[in-house]
Amino acid sequence: MKSIRDRRTEKLANNVSEYTEQALETIRKMQETAQTPEELKDIDELSEEQMQMLSPEAFSRVAFDKAQAEKGGYSDYSYWGSTLRMFFRQKFPVFLLCLLVLIVAFTSVQPYIPGQRDANRINDNEITGVPDSNVPPSGKYWLGTNAIGQDLWSRIWFGARTSLYIGFVVAFADAVIGIVMGLLWGYVRKLDFLFTELYNVLSNVPQTIILILISYIMRPGMNTMIVAMAATGWLALARFIRNQVVIIRDRDYNLASRCLGTPTRRIILKNLLPHMVSVIMLRMALSIPMAIGNEVFLTYVGLGLPITIPSLGNLINEGRKIVTVPSLHFQLIAPAAVLSIVTISFYLIGNAFSDAADPRNHV
Amino acid sequence: MLGYLVKRLLRSVITLFIIVVIVFVMLRQMPVEGYFNDYDNMTPEAVQNALQNMGLLDPIPTQLTRFIKDFVRGDLGVSYRYRVNYPIAKIVADKAPLSLTFGGIAMLIGLPLGFGLGILMARSKGKWIAGIGTAYIVIMQSVPLAVIYLVIQLVFTSLFRIPLLYSSSNPRTWILPIATLALPTIATYGLWLRRYMVDEQNRDYIKLAKAKGVPSKFIWYRHVFRNAVVPLVQLIPASILATLSGSIYVESLYSIPGMGGLLVDVIKRQDNTMVQALVILFAAVSILGLLLGDLLMVLVDPRISLTAKTRTR
Repeated sequence: MKSIRDRRTEKLANNVSEYTEQALETIRKMQETAQTPEELKDIDELSEEQMQMLSPEAFSRVAFDKAQAEKGGYSDYSYWGSTLRMFFRQKFPVFLLCLLVLIVAFTSVQPYIPGQRDANRINDNEITGVPDSNVPPSGKYWLGTNAIGQDLWSRIWFGARTSLYIGFVVAFADAVIGIVMGLLWGYVRKLDFLFTELYNVLSNVPQTIILILISYIMRPGMNTMIVAMAATGWLALARFIRNQVVIIRDRDYNLASRCLGTPTRRIILKNLLPHMVSVIMLRMALSIPMAIGNEVFLTYVGLGLPITIPSLGNLINEGRKIVTVPSLHFQLIAPAAVLSIVTISFYLIGNAFSDAADPRNHV
Repeated sequence: MLGYLVKRLLRSVITLFIIVVIVFVMLRQMPVEGYFNDYDNMTPEAVQNALQNMGLLDPIPTQLTRFIKDFVRGDLGVSYRYRVNYPIAKIVADKAPLSLTFGGIAMLIGLPLGFGLGILMARSKGKWIAGIGTAYIVIMQSVPLAVIYLVIQLVFTSLFRIPLLYSSSNPRTWILPIATLALPTIATYGLWLRRYMVDEQNRDYIKLAKAKGVPSKFIWYRHVFRNAVVPLVQLIPASILATLSGSIYVESLYSIPGMGGLLVDVIKRQDNTMVQALVILFAAVSILGLLLGDLLMVLVDPRISLTAKTRTR
């Protein structure tokens, strides 16, 4: 009687011979179909004699092509393509993005639309000649007028324009200063101590206090506000970038890059920054609602823009004065609604975009 | 531990010193009107004389050392505009307790509710409750607080017929300020606790505990919650101390005579010495809060031992 072991060996041997036969069969078939060199797709399928028969004229030397050489290193994965695809898969943020684009577009064209009133004009009543003050929303004044008869509809869009402008400038400044400072902080070891101390001092003081202090010392106005906000806004981003640079700087692939003589500029741009795109985008998106909020805060404290430059902060602040009169609440509701829509949209879009920009979510 | 304590304390003192120097030097550049109540009616000689008497014409280093000496003794200088020649320390002593009371009660309400919200959201991930919680947090995080507070004041005072402004004799007027103060606390603590709990929940040891059949309640409260709450403990002292500086919005909206409203008043009246004293005081409070937070962290989490780290290196 055969033992189990023997039986197993026998079976294996059978299998092996079976496979070998199959393989031989395929090769034979391939050789049959590939009769002439012209029909061959791959040089590897040629037998040695067939190779001898090929004429040398059919071949030419391949020159070194840099683009082709680089191509081998990359797949057809595109970072921004994947990011955008992931982002547009989310319905609600895309809806908010459309809404925001509409709002931004409308605020910029609104003054050029015919029939719009000037935001600072005091509108007199045609019949009585007295200013149309505190008129509730109507066909003539879509969102009503304020205490001195200025058209709230125009003021809200003017205000949104001011606030969005401040928001965009501050976000841009935060990103530029944050990236530059963060890279210097992480890359230049001599500056590490200085930056760490600067960070400790600045982050220990509440941001509102710094805002108040700078705005109090400088003359109130748009530039003061932007400087005050940008003075502390870059801190968080710089710290994040610094930490990332310190972590990634000496990884093997960067060492290899440095050994191959890649200039620092290229290492920073190509090896380091792509790691941080998602966080940089998130910070930028979030610093817009934050800047708008700070603008409201500074105006509230009395260090904001003059009333002649309407901003959402100004309008909210004016709304404070009518809080005791229920019939005038419309003057507060409309700017509050616009402000809320804008800030919530930026916040949610920023978060959604940062999720989409994280390569770990691209699979 | 002692070594760390001393080092950390020294660092805080240095930070505070730098801030004092910067604030002091910056505020010396302000126009001199900020030191007088009736500047417009004064002759230039009278102004010079008065400045001389206040010691404001001395070189800045002399002024600075004088200020720091006084500051250490608890003397913040005198107000020249808000209340003429009245010591600032006394004004603060009058107002700070009220801010502390309001903020303290709001913290007492807000902290448990925030923790509750965080746990609830972490446990009901993906359900509608978590959705509502997220919506609440998003609104609190993104919409400027001034707008939220104003709308709350507007809606609730007319809805429940509560008087609009605070009065010390009518407890009904205390409800809204405290409730509004608690709202952002709930959102902040809820947000972070949820995030830390969700992170903690994916750790290997939690999976092991589940696999070996530890009851889920035990896992949630003894493991996930306790580990997730540690980083939040660091924030609590700063939050409590921050109530001392009062909420600028809530106090001025309901005209509560506390510290937050004081800063706004003082800025509007351009009282330089008051602005300087308050800014430095608020900065000091915040530095102290962060210091206590770091120390508390060491006490709460046995894994963090700041001295051992340096020894092993």
